[in-house]
Amino acid sequence: MSQKPVQLPLPGFEAARADWRAQYEAQMGADRTVRNRSGIEVKPLYTPDDWSSARYMDDLGFPGQPPMTRGIYPTMHRGRTWSQRQLIGFGTPEDFNGRFLKLLDAGATAGSLIPCNSVFRGYDCDEVDEELLGTCGTVINSVDHMATALRDVPLDRISMAMNDPVPFTLLAFMLGVAQRRGIPWQKITGTSNQSDYISHFIANHMFFRIALPGSRRVLVDHVAFCQEKVPGWNPVSVVGQHMQQGGAAPAEAMALTLCTAIQYVQDCVDRGMDPDKFLPRFTFFFDISVSFFEEVAKFRAGRRLWQRIVRERFGAEDPKAWRFKFHGQTSGVDLTRQQPLNNIARVTVQAMAGIFGGLQSLHTDSYDEVLSVPTERAARIAVATQNILKEESHLTDVIDPLGGSFYVEAMTDAMEERIAAIIEQIDKAGGMFAAAQAGIPQTYCGDSGLAFQEKVETGEETIVGVNKYLSEDEEDVDVQPLERPDPAVMGAHIKDFQAWKAARDQGAVQAALDALARAATSEPAGLETNTFGKLVEAAIAGATHGEICHTLRRELGFGDPLVMP
Amino acid sequence: MRGTQLGRPPRVLVTKIGFDGHDRGSRIVAAFLRDAGMEVIYTGPWQKIPAVVQMALEEDVDVVGVSSLATDHLIVPKLVTAMREAELGHVAVIVGGIVPEDEEAGLLEAGVARIFHPGVPREEIIRTVLDLTVQARAALDAA
Repeated sequence: MSQKPVQLPLPGFEAARADWRAQYEAQMGADRTVRNRSGIEVKPLYTPDDWSSARYMDDLGFPGQPPMTRGIYPTMHRGRTWSQRQLIGFGTPEDFNGRFLKLLDAGATAGSLIPCNSVFRGYDCDEVDEELLGTCGTVINSVDHMATALRDVPLDRISMAMNDPVPFTLLAFMLGVAQRRGIPWQKITGTSNQSDYISHFIANHMFFRIALPGSRRVLVDHVAFCQEKVPGWNPVSVVGQHMQQGGAAPAEAMALTLCTAIQYVQDCVDRGMDPDKFLPRFTFFFDISVSFFEEVAKFRAGRRLWQRIVRERFGAEDPKAWRFKFHGQTSGVDLTRQQPLNNIARVTVQAMAGIFGGLQSLHTDSYDEVLSVPTERAARIAVATQNILKEESHLTDVIDPLGGSFYVEAMTDAMEERIAAIIEQIDKAGGMFAAAQAGIPQTYCGDSGLAFQEKVETGEETIVGVNKYLSEDEEDVDVQPLERPDPAVMGAHIKDFQAWKAARDQGAVQAALDALARAATSEPAGLETNTFGKLVEAAIAGATHGEICHTLRRELGFGDPLVMP
Repeated sequence: MRGTQLGRPPRVLVTKIGFDGHDRGSRIVAAFLRDAGMEVIYTGPWQKIPAVVQMALEEDVDVVGVSSLATDHLIVPKLVTAMREAELGHVAVIVGGIVPEDEEAGLLEAGVARIFHPGVPREEIIRTVLDLTVQARAALDAA
């Protein structure tokens, strides 16, 4: 937290500063007040008056030690760089498999599966508008589909991020595939990347399938099941990205994310679980905007706050439970349709902010994401950007290289103060579950999103190619032909799916779905009533994604967002 | 504003159809159309096409604005057809968001009045909605 500036024994400091200030003011004339996106004033110069290394042990300490400001591991990126986790998802399971194997060959060390939006919304491919299938992600509705998508992928050696909101059918399908191949579930590693139903309710409704109380139940069941049966899996990823993309300023997004995480920890504790056991498997997922220093400070402040929260509020004692592990994705909101190749530069700056912020895993956006689902060429450049940053630019030689900068430390303090104030407000509102129902975080997203848009329109925030340096020459726009799934191939995929469904053991499927429904309406009590465990069994018995989602919606209610214009 | 020349302000339905729920864009556009004095009906995401047609009918709107980020624009032609079938052919349908260039022509041919890409100044959207309202009302009077 911000503290009083230390006494400065530096000889000549005051006189030299007064001299500089006089010259600065004479040359600048009427200086404008600069504020970052979080509304924090940014001064023209930072000195030991703003932060001094006399506070080193309180504010920074050493990597892997409280207060964790400098990173969660002793070696950080010098020891092990971040995982390159590129989102992929397009077309049929065959399409996904082809592209995934290519990315693995190109050096990707982890995978990330994006399902079709129809999957996100909880439907099978044979109950939706065909035009939309596979345009934004892969159409995966069953264990069989997943087996195709992951053909020749070494499941016991590759960490998978499943973009898989409550009730986590994609993980269920992957566990089904592992069982078929004789791979023990203990060897499965990765993350349920869209487990944060509160963020879906607030800001990214695409993933919101089941009403809030039902989602709350299934998430805790999922954590309990994974702790026991899939111990290498991270069942929770708390998603700050949605709030920030939904308009929240960086400090607001960090605060609301920590509040959401506090809610999930509390819910698990209320179920009788031990924070030292489940917290090491908690992860975070953030948006990285192009506001470079603000983002670096956001991550350092969030990491410092989180270790304090888990220790002070929840009494976590295992240092592994204090780690603020996060995945960062460069922000698509900053990318422009105008002069799209400029986006490569933006993504580079964003990625560097995340790296200096101490991330564990990174997705760099393709420059053409603002035009369409990324083309292969653009996706290759995004991976190359990571390789350049990781291996060519010497960014990883030193741990927390911006630590100790007067500006970065002062901004880290200021961001922390702003974040803590919002956390206090949400606490007073009864925690994040209640605050989300009352629309408090939605208001942050709406107000800040509109305020930023107004700054772009007045030119207070520059966006190259949009409100400055506009190009008359539209030849600049280098657009590749769009890749859409072949309707004939998608049509065959649907037909195969329907034929497969008709040939299943219907009795076994129905019995498994009935058991899932019974678990959903029972009080939680161990694995017998664990909804996630029951839906894994249903998936293995042949139940489809849509059938599982419909069953849970029938019992737990349909998820509808709070509509706030 | 020119809305006063219209007698009554434009009525605009701002909606999202299909699967995607990214609503930042639609919320911002709804807010500034309202600030410009228009009557805005905002639906939130995931509307079914028949429900949008029904609302357009009941609310007597001049313009329907569809926001699309993740390929939901591909079913906008179905919406235009459904509106024509419901005798709402005079109501202009506009689309805002991520629409790839090579799919623009198809949407315009299907009867979409205008497509707005990211970065368009709000004045341009407001002016277009006003113009389309004038046209919609003239078409209704003529019919």
